[in-house]
Amino acid sequence: MAYTEEELKKELETKEYEYGFYTDIESDTFPKGLNEDIVRAISKKKDEPEWMTEWRLDAFRIWEKMEEPEWANVHYEKPDFQAISYYSAPKAADPNKSLEDVDPDLLEMYRKLGISVDEQKKLQNVAVDIVVDSVSVATTFKKTLAEKGIIFMPISEAIQEHPELVKKYMGTVVPKTDNFYAALNSAVFTDGSFCYIPKGVKCPMELSTYFRINEGGTGQFERTLVVADESSYVSYLEGCTAPSRDENQLHAAVVELIALDDAEIKYSTVQNWFPGNAEGKGGVYNFVTKRGICEKNSKISWTQVETGSAVTWKYPSCILKGNNSVGEFYSIAVTNNFQQADTGTKMIHLGKNTKSTIISKGISAGKSQNSYRGLVQIGSRAENARNFSQCDSLLMGNDCGAHTFPYIEAKNKSAQIEHEATTSKIGEDQIFYCNQRGIDTEKAIALIVNGFSKEVLNKLPMEFAVEAQKLLEISLEGSVG
Amino acid sequence: MDLKDKLVSSFMAFENNVDVDHPVHDVRTEAMKNFEIKGFPSKKEEAWKYTSLNSLQKIDFSIFPKQDNALDYKDVKKYFIHDIDTYKIVFIDGIFSSNLSETTHDGVDICLMSSALTKPMYKQIIDVYFNKVASKYESLTTLNTAFSREGAYIYIPKNKMPKKPVEIVHFATGNEASLMLQPRNLIIVEENAELQVIERHQSLTSNEVLTNCVTEIFAAKSANIDYYKVQNDVATASLIDNTYINQKSKSFVNVHTFSFGGKLTRNNLNFYQNGEYMDSTMKGVTILGEKQHVDHHTLVHHIEPNCESHQDYKGIYGENSTGVFNGKIIVDKIAQKTNAFQQNNNILISDKATINTKPQLEIFADDVKCSHGCTIGQLDEDAMFYLQSRGIPEKEARALLMYAFANNVLESVRIPELKARINKLIAKKLGVNLGFDL
Repeated sequence: MAYTEEELKKELETKEYEYGFYTDIESDTFPKGLNEDIVRAISKKKDEPEWMTEWRLDAFRIWEKMEEPEWANVHYEKPDFQAISYYSAPKAADPNKSLEDVDPDLLEMYRKLGISVDEQKKLQNVAVDIVVDSVSVATTFKKTLAEKGIIFMPISEAIQEHPELVKKYMGTVVPKTDNFYAALNSAVFTDGSFCYIPKGVKCPMELSTYFRINEGGTGQFERTLVVADESSYVSYLEGCTAPSRDENQLHAAVVELIALDDAEIKYSTVQNWFPGNAEGKGGVYNFVTKRGICEKNSKISWTQVETGSAVTWKYPSCILKGNNSVGEFYSIAVTNNFQQADTGTKMIHLGKNTKSTIISKGISAGKSQNSYRGLVQIGSRAENARNFSQCDSLLMGNDCGAHTFPYIEAKNKSAQIEHEATTSKIGEDQIFYCNQRGIDTEKAIALIVNGFSKEVLNKLPMEFAVEAQKLLEISLEGSVG
Repeated sequence: MDLKDKLVSSFMAFENNVDVDHPVHDVRTEAMKNFEIKGFPSKKEEAWKYTSLNSLQKIDFSIFPKQDNALDYKDVKKYFIHDIDTYKIVFIDGIFSSNLSETTHDGVDICLMSSALTKPMYKQIIDVYFNKVASKYESLTTLNTAFSREGAYIYIPKNKMPKKPVEIVHFATGNEASLMLQPRNLIIVEENAELQVIERHQSLTSNEVLTNCVTEIFAAKSANIDYYKVQNDVATASLIDNTYINQKSKSFVNVHTFSFGGKLTRNNLNFYQNGEYMDSTMKGVTILGEKQHVDHHTLVHHIEPNCESHQDYKGIYGENSTGVFNGKIIVDKIAQKTNAFQQNNNILISDKATINTKPQLEIFADDVKCSHGCTIGQLDEDAMFYLQSRGIPEKEARALLMYAFANNVLESVRIPELKARINKLIAKKLGVNLGFDL
């Protein structure tokens, strides 16, 4: 087996695109490397209209001129962008199939990961748009949503069916030129979700996507676009799991949220990509650009629980453009072993009476490095802007680090900004108190960590909160020393 | 010719006037090489993100003043803390003025860098201390090192304390159309000794002045140092002040920075704690108007356990002024039981004023207490109403509240006459006369 795989790899490295696609039993993968032909091929594969192909090519040309950012407080071996295959679709996937038609093997895999599609569908009232290796394989509850006029579909379908909406909003919040990874994503994104809530509609259920990276050596480039029209409401969940891989996998997603007048978007993420093993080998590189724009009286709320990935580079942000708009950011970032996280938010206050809240909890254990990096910017016309930021770090053990890089820029005299940060450890007396009452140290730590992160956990939708709590416990397992 | 090229080519002229065989000159040459490679920092560098030196580099500064200038004490008396007796080290256009100074060798050395760098009796100390804590890579510090020749030299031996505080004053006479000064100070306070220093840079006309100053301070075991920086220069004077402090066990070092004047002021204040049970305090009051720009950049590096650091910076920004605060605390892995606190409070009183602040923590030890707080806000409307309803006019009420806001920085000033002086400066800057001193 090993022999043939190596052979194949070698062949692929030398082969050009025109010699055809790499196809084994399960998936259909492009040769490694990135050039204009690959971008065109992705677009063709997706049956995209001309304007989309041009959009991608434009992004690719911009990306070629850009350099990988180095300012983040993370150290890693830079991925070789020519050694990645930019497209891979599971063989069994067909977006038109109903849930019953899905390959039982795939369903089994979800079950192992604790994501039962059936359960989600029936019990939790969640419409799930599952993404395995870049192509949606099952879409549920589409009908119920359609009755309300809500569009929730893979973005590739949306490009076909609602080109006017995609064209109007895509790239307006995160332009192609925004940063290195956003440009890359714009050029090669293969799938993701598109969601549109019409005027005055309150989405009756939590929308949810589960992403997974399946094929070794393929990067995932998801693109999510959520548009909430005037006076609408949507709560969107995003959860991630990934199986163990030895080589580093790249994940460069772009998420754009657009909240029009009086709309509200709540976006929750649980991220649990493979963090690498205890020696720091392997793990996912998570370089994500997430940003939302708020029009008048609207609100965007980001909640994230980050426990996975070897390297995280992620700053979900809000542009508070409209008057009276509100931005919120609640985050828990847990790093263990050799994980590195540089995460935080940007709150750009442009409109009058805009408000933002930032609550960030960082927990570092093992030999990990955890950084909060945030920007609060008050524009000169943002009268009565208000911000409150709180960054708390918890250190476990003596080999890890906690860092805070808060940038605060105020250009308006009526602004009111508060920033607070603390760093502490779990008190011995707290542990002692628990031990005394028959709670072992590991459980005690889980208890204390849960208490520490409660403010953020409370913001998660119910079913996510339970999952997240478990995740925290799992990620910190064995960190007591 | 831009300023960098001019400085590089002036270095050769500079070499004609110093002893090139002295070991210090190797340090200078090395520093010059570094500056030649790095040049002036640009806004692309993280540490200079909010402060641009571009406009300064376009000015054709003279590097060496052409003539010796003299000043009468009565003309400049007001710039000294004249109501108390002090030792004085005074420079006029970068050249020592024996006329205005009062130095001493009586038990302690309060004299000149130029003699310390050239006289054999100081060689041993220079070998041990000169350029040992100042950065060898930061471009402006190395620029100063390359041209280091004159400044204040203070050496306080074990268990000694000078009889009075030391004032270091730099005057720029304006005889040059535009002048660049690069004073270099070295301050060594040995075990259990004490020192109080007041430093001031003053331009006497509206001709452009750029000062790139480096001060190295060594506080030995149980030493106690109070350092006050009074920055109230004219609107055409720019100052880049680099201070490097190396502290040993059980020492106390306090640095107070009062920034009221100048065109562009950049304070790089770096504390390195090499020992246990010590305390570093840095406090500042910044009150700006017009187009002034002040950038406070602090670094506290906790290298060993059981130490404390306290930072408290207050800022009031009016008109088109810009304020920057960038405080960095690093706690090394072995520096357990560190208590590091940082506070930065700001008030914007004009729509065109800007404040950029970045309180930064980098912590590698788990048993520590570190916190930073940062606020940007306005005067409390209720408090304003309270004062006005009791007959205090709006302007005075406003000033009173601002006084109160800045007061806890002033509380720790240990020279009463200096405190009174700072109070007057604040009142003047706020444009009121309260009829009493706080």
